[in-house]
Amino acid sequence: MSRSISRFFYPLAGAAIIVLIWHYYVVLMQVSIVVLPTPLQVLKSMIDNARILTEEGWVTALECVYGFALSLAIGIPIAVVMTYSRIANQMFYPLLVASQSIPKVAVAPILLIWFGTGIKSKLAMAFVIAFFPVVVDTATGLRSTSPDLLELARSLQCTRLQTFFKIQLPSALPSIFSGAKIAVTLSVIGAVIGEFIGSNEGLGNLLLTANSQLNSPLVWASLTVLSVLGMILYGLVVLAEKLLMPWAGDVDLKH
Amino acid sequence: MNGNEKSPKDGPRAQPPFGRVVNITKTFQAGGNTFPAVKDVSFQFRKGDLISLLGPSGCGKTTVLKMMGGLVPSSGGLIELEGRVISAPFPGVGVVFQAPTLMPWRTVLSNVLFPMEVLGKNDARANKRAHEILNLVGLDSFEHAYPRQLSGGMQQRVALCRAIIHEPSILLMDEPFGALDELTRLEMNDLLLDLRRVTGATVLFVTHSISEAIYLSDQVVVFSKRPAVIVKELTIDIPYPRSAKTRFLPQFTEWERQAGVALGLVHQ
Repeated sequence: MSRSISRFFYPLAGAAIIVLIWHYYVVLMQVSIVVLPTPLQVLKSMIDNARILTEEGWVTALECVYGFALSLAIGIPIAVVMTYSRIANQMFYPLLVASQSIPKVAVAPILLIWFGTGIKSKLAMAFVIAFFPVVVDTATGLRSTSPDLLELARSLQCTRLQTFFKIQLPSALPSIFSGAKIAVTLSVIGAVIGEFIGSNEGLGNLLLTANSQLNSPLVWASLTVLSVLGMILYGLVVLAEKLLMPWAGDVDLKH
Repeated sequence: MNGNEKSPKDGPRAQPPFGRVVNITKTFQAGGNTFPAVKDVSFQFRKGDLISLLGPSGCGKTTVLKMMGGLVPSSGGLIELEGRVISAPFPGVGVVFQAPTLMPWRTVLSNVLFPMEVLGKNDARANKRAHEILNLVGLDSFEHAYPRQLSGGMQQRVALCRAIIHEPSILLMDEPFGALDELTRLEMNDLLLDLRRVTGATVLFVTHSISEAIYLSDQVVVFSKRPAVIVKELTIDIPYPRSAKTRFLPQFTEWERQAGVALGLVHQ
């Protein structure tokens, strides 16, 4: 009982403390609104610009979701191939790792040329930035299947497909989800980078526009909506995890 | 070298044995060197027997067990079950490991039914049988629980049910109760004997507990340190059902002593 209260109470209290410090810092130090608006000014801007924030937020949300979905749809099969084909692993895994040393922002202009200023280039950017953890974590999960379970499968003469779908894939599910949780937050970053480089819609674009007009409250309002968006998307992945892995709950019948 | 001289109490073996192992050998390669793990092991057993493979940890008895299930190829020798030469996995084998090795994403019932599902026999009859054996091990009220909600002993009982659901002719058990506390282990020993009585399965049981081996078995095969060589065979002719009293019989103590001597733990 008191545990569930403290689960909400402490994070909220922590956030409240930061917001208060922010507020009094701005008020007492007489910081200009352009440099740093107060939390209340940001809130007011959010209310005033509710419609545009929702519309642009929706655009960004779609980019994130599609980019994230793409990183799963492509990342998981890559991991499967890498895990089961040693040749493919040796040929492409070093390249895959090397590709991660490229700063993703540097790729954005290229993606813009390839896919234009529409949603496709944002989606591509979100994918480029988010798919790697999916590949790595899925591969780790697939490799860490219990050897005893694999032996059981052999003793029952399971086919390769049976072994994969009935044992290895479900075994890897927790790892796939930990990759997915990282990927979904990265997909938000990817979408915003995409919007920064070339776009006329989305929260990233709104933020840049507000910035150039020295409309700091709107910049901070956009940022806030972005972070809420990130949290909602993360929460949805956690929810999906709970629904797909009901066995991992914390019910306990032991006595 | 081979320790399968017949005990006179076994009587003459007119028909060929249910299973036999003849001079099997296993060597492992590592870094250009070969290491013998199992050397010239021979023994035989009758249908429905419970045979313990007893030996120190890491001596290679598990390798013998896996070779008998066709899970590991032997480097030499012959394994025969019901007249068939075993060199690959075959239908009719059940396995139990030291860890319960359940699938955490499946309920107890679904874990038990896994072999039937793979064998394409997951029908109403299989379901009925699953209920029956879960009832037998006292877990019928946990059918819809997930493994992580059960204690280690309960999980191992589920693993036992999974191993016998498809009515295997031979059950391979690799130190199945080694990770359990002593009291749970004694309980599981009796449970295993009950299950064997009901199913009539032939059981090969790997253990490093002398008293567990003697308590459970018709026959105890004692292995030396690596490479595994048979150093002693004991025929335990205490009638079943056995009980706590069995452990205090004079023969029981004598067999414990003999096994201890064979393992080099007790000096004569």
